[in-house]
Amino acid sequence: MNAGFEWSEHGSNLIEATGQTLYMVSATLVIGGLLGLTLGIGLYTTRRGGLLQNRWLFGLLNLVVNIFRPIPFLILLFAVAPLTVGIVGTRLGSTAMIVPMSVAATFGVSRIVEQNLVAIDPGVIEAARATGATRWRIITTLLVPEALGPLILGYTFICIAVVDMSALAGTLDGGGLGAFALDYGYKRWNFGVVWVTVIVIIILVQLAQALGNRLSRRVMHHT
Amino acid sequence: MSSIIEFRDVSKVFASRAGDVTAVDHIDLTIEEGEIFAVIGYSGAGKSTLVRLINGLERVTSGELVVDGQDVVRMSEAQLERKRRDIGMIFQQFNLFGSRTVAGNVAFPLKVAGWPRARRDARVAELLDFVGLLDRAHAYPDQLSGGQKQRVGIARALAAGPKILLADESTSALDPETTQDVLRLLKKVNRELGVTVVVITHELEIVRSIADRVAILEQGRVAEVGTVFETFTNPQSGVGNKFVSTVIHDRPSGDDLARIRRAHSGRIVTATIQDGSRLGTVLSGAGDRGVSFEIVYGGIGTLQARSFGSLTLELTGPEASVDEVVAELRGVTDIEEVA
Repeated sequence: MNAGFEWSEHGSNLIEATGQTLYMVSATLVIGGLLGLTLGIGLYTTRRGGLLQNRWLFGLLNLVVNIFRPIPFLILLFAVAPLTVGIVGTRLGSTAMIVPMSVAATFGVSRIVEQNLVAIDPGVIEAARATGATRWRIITTLLVPEALGPLILGYTFICIAVVDMSALAGTLDGGGLGAFALDYGYKRWNFGVVWVTVIVIIILVQLAQALGNRLSRRVMHHT
Repeated sequence: MSSIIEFRDVSKVFASRAGDVTAVDHIDLTIEEGEIFAVIGYSGAGKSTLVRLINGLERVTSGELVVDGQDVVRMSEAQLERKRRDIGMIFQQFNLFGSRTVAGNVAFPLKVAGWPRARRDARVAELLDFVGLLDRAHAYPDQLSGGQKQRVGIARALAAGPKILLADESTSALDPETTQDVLRLLKKVNRELGVTVVVITHELEIVRSIADRVAILEQGRVAEVGTVFETFTNPQSGVGNKFVSTVIHDRPSGDDLARIRRAHSGRIVTATIQDGSRLGTVLSGAGDRGVSFEIVYGGIGTLQARSFGSLTLELTGPEASVDEVVAELRGVTDIEEVA
């Protein structure tokens, strides 16, 4: 039993699991990131005083986000299973996990995007309108660049939450580092494996945070 | 001159939970092509709203507003977007795009107007040269001083060659020296490019330095409108008097007046000074009637290349003779008895 972490025994599995985790996390960040960006822009532009001010649409979007966001990820994972099967064809494996993870990320990202867009000086938007720019042009070319620094930090925050989700997803037949730690570590009472997995995850998170900090600094201070 | 902006009975009402707020209240106002027109008022007088009606950032509630031959009241948002390309605007807080370089800021309206790349680059260089910031083209706004930021704002506002420039408190965030630089630049925009400039301000000093005509706004209404010279020398409204007295201190009032009264027992009158008023001639003849005079208060300055101001005089001598001198003074200028 608890033999500790043996590279010859666990190495290839660890590498495979890390690859699956990176796959789930990056696919979720792209899909959930883009959907969340769209939804966040929707929330920001339809709110009172927004470019596309619309009480009913804002109310609807706001309600939908408020309904989905508090659902614990574990439950969301079961709840969207029919959707997952519909899209991917199976509810098992890393690819299948991207569906519930993207759903959860979309709603999280949307609030982060909304918060950062709200922080844009309304005077800047007014100046753009005063040049005769259409609202569509402002939404597509000005909003994201003006809030880019804080947005990058927001996405970094979400990225780490997604790593967390991926570990949980892994324990439900999703593969990745979560499954690795569960199957080869916990279930065999091998805490050497568990701790190695934890260290790998810490390194991934540190790298993501360092990259996010660096990019946002670059964008905000034009260095 | 022909009018370029014409407000006809224009009102703007904001609906709020606490009830309707009338920011602009039945205003009639005509701004002539090629002039620098100032709108002055205390905060809350409705001047920022008034100027935003011109480019449709705020929509008129009732009335007609003709801007360069088109009634903007009935325009759709799409038509207004097209119209705004012909109306530049600068702001108190500059409102530059922090994510774009100086050149990128100036290029923005040109992209909006669909200029091809090559023409755009040439135009950006031309404008940055005009405002004296060619060497800062690749800097970002947060690397510039306040005065430089407003120059970029002006270049951006002028990019697409507008006929009208709206300046909303454009120097209020700047120090006095930088303010003068920016005002000189606005004057240059007006004189060299023939752009009609509408300046919104709460400082009469700014009106005095650059405007041709001025409207004084109070509670959403025009209290008075006229040339800057008329308004400064002879304000008609209460609010006009209040503004003018903040920059022109040539008439004694309050403590100064009380002090003068205590120190001088003779008859005290204030004479308005204008080019060609022969005040000195009259006063030099006063001695022949046994009337002596003392200058106790006053100030004379220049406004729009004309002298203006006033002197407060104490006249002493036999009452009948003093009356004669006052009558003679009335023949050459406006005389006000000081109580």
